[in-house]
Amino acid sequence: MQYMCLIYSADDVGPQPGTAEFGAYIQAYMDFTEETKAKGVFVAGDALQPTHTATTVTTASGKVETTDGPFAETKETLGGYYLLDCKDLDEALAFAAKIPTAAHGRIEVRPVQIFD
Amino acid sequence: MPLPPIHINESIDLIIREEWGRLLASLVAGFNDIQLAEDVLQDAVTDALTNWQANGLPDSPPAWLLTTARRKAIDRFRRDKRFKALQPQIVYLQELEQLHPDEQDDMQAIPDKRLELMFTCCHPALDIKSQIGLTLRTIGGLTVEEIANAFIDKPDAIAKRLTRAKQKIALAGIPYGVPENSVIEERITAILGVIYLIFNEGYSASKGQQTTRQDLSDEAIRLARITFQLLPEHCETGGLLSLMLLHDSRRLARLSDTGKTIPLEHQNRSLWNDNRIQEGRELIKKLLPRGQVGAYQIQASISALHTEALTWQQTDWPQIAALYQLLYQMNPTPVIRLNHAVAVSFADSPQAALQQLKEIEQHPDMARYQPFYAAYADIMQRAGKTTEAQQALAKAIELTNNDADRAFLETKRLLN
Repeated sequence: MQYMCLIYSADDVGPQPGTAEFGAYIQAYMDFTEETKAKGVFVAGDALQPTHTATTVTTASGKVETTDGPFAETKETLGGYYLLDCKDLDEALAFAAKIPTAAHGRIEVRPVQIFD
Repeated sequence: MPLPPIHINESIDLIIREEWGRLLASLVAGFNDIQLAEDVLQDAVTDALTNWQANGLPDSPPAWLLTTARRKAIDRFRRDKRFKALQPQIVYLQELEQLHPDEQDDMQAIPDKRLELMFTCCHPALDIKSQIGLTLRTIGGLTVEEIANAFIDKPDAIAKRLTRAKQKIALAGIPYGVPENSVIEERITAILGVIYLIFNEGYSASKGQQTTRQDLSDEAIRLARITFQLLPEHCETGGLLSLMLLHDSRRLARLSDTGKTIPLEHQNRSLWNDNRIQEGRELIKKLLPRGQVGAYQIQASISALHTEALTWQQTDWPQIAALYQLLYQMNPTPVIRLNHAVAVSFADSPQAALQQLKEIEQHPDMARYQPFYAAYADIMQRAGKTTEAQQALAKAIELTNNDADRAFLETKRLLN
């Protein structure tokens, strides 16, 4: 079963670029990715550029409307994701808890819908 | 031997209530789907009503129900448009039948999967109300209507909540099974927490006329018995069972004829239930020497000390105060500190408890916590500080949403 782990955190919380902690933080991410690959659960995973680079599109009014920024302005923003293939929710939650951002942010775990 | 129909109906109700959890858990283990398991078991129950009335009770009603429910499941699988995909489940069910052609009357041959199902129902990925509802429905065998009555909620709302929870279990892949060692302790703690919430809901109804809703307390005790039977090595599970038995022993003594709460001090101790007390005390005495002491066992010990005192005056307050101290070290909450202060006020003096009360008062959780003001008023009164006592009492009455407790506090205000 595939689980999408959505990584949320606030910009000003957690290790900041340019500090010694940030290096360890990035290393922890590389280690985590390696672990998920070694254990055969890794499907995909990426970090996203910051929310000021986001553009939101909707055609709800009948035409394409484009706005600057994420769809909702929140303090905690989506910063990246892992797509993991796990045997059940317990396994997915155990991996999610190891994502380095979990230490200061939140990981939302959602099963991927299967159409059959 | 066929019995008259009226007895059959009663027997069926009893059997279903008693065996529902075990039968359902066994079915869920077979095809990983609570909703389907519930549906086919319900179908089997419907069949049982007509079949047993006509032919009398089978040798083993639970085994009859299980076999019938499994056949219903096979029928449903065969009708399902995903028939091919369901082939493994069908083969599994058919093999089960062939394995036990002659053992169908033997419930002992059916592995008990209730613990696995309890871990599912009390999974932290479900909200607490759903955990409670699912546990009562699947393990306890309560109907949606019974759960709604107990929680003063609409059956529709409960049904919706349960359906959503079952959908989440299926769609999010919440497992049926005993969790890994790294999390098992916290997951057992979650199960015990759900059982204790059910007990407390029955013991001290937060709304409505009755302080004791007996059914829920009894059901919680039954659930704890089942859990302890499945986890006999887990001392805290036994501790919770002992605690609830001892609390429940005072059920008849803690309400007056007019529905007022009677505090421990003024209870007629001859109304305490000796069977409950004996069972609770024997259990905690067996558990403590095993050396895996936890919060439930300490609270059971405190409750046991109360039952050992023939009168309020003979209460062993120094030992109770020491146990609360130990409890506070394990679990430093203001509520436990408050109980400790009350014990100190009796073991030592009301004055000795005052400093502690002042500290507890600073905690934000206490600002709207009714028992704090009730205890505060009582200790102030005994320390001779009448004005503070009256103020605290007024606040306690204001915060009470339970009619019995309000009646008790109002009387107290008149007396002071």
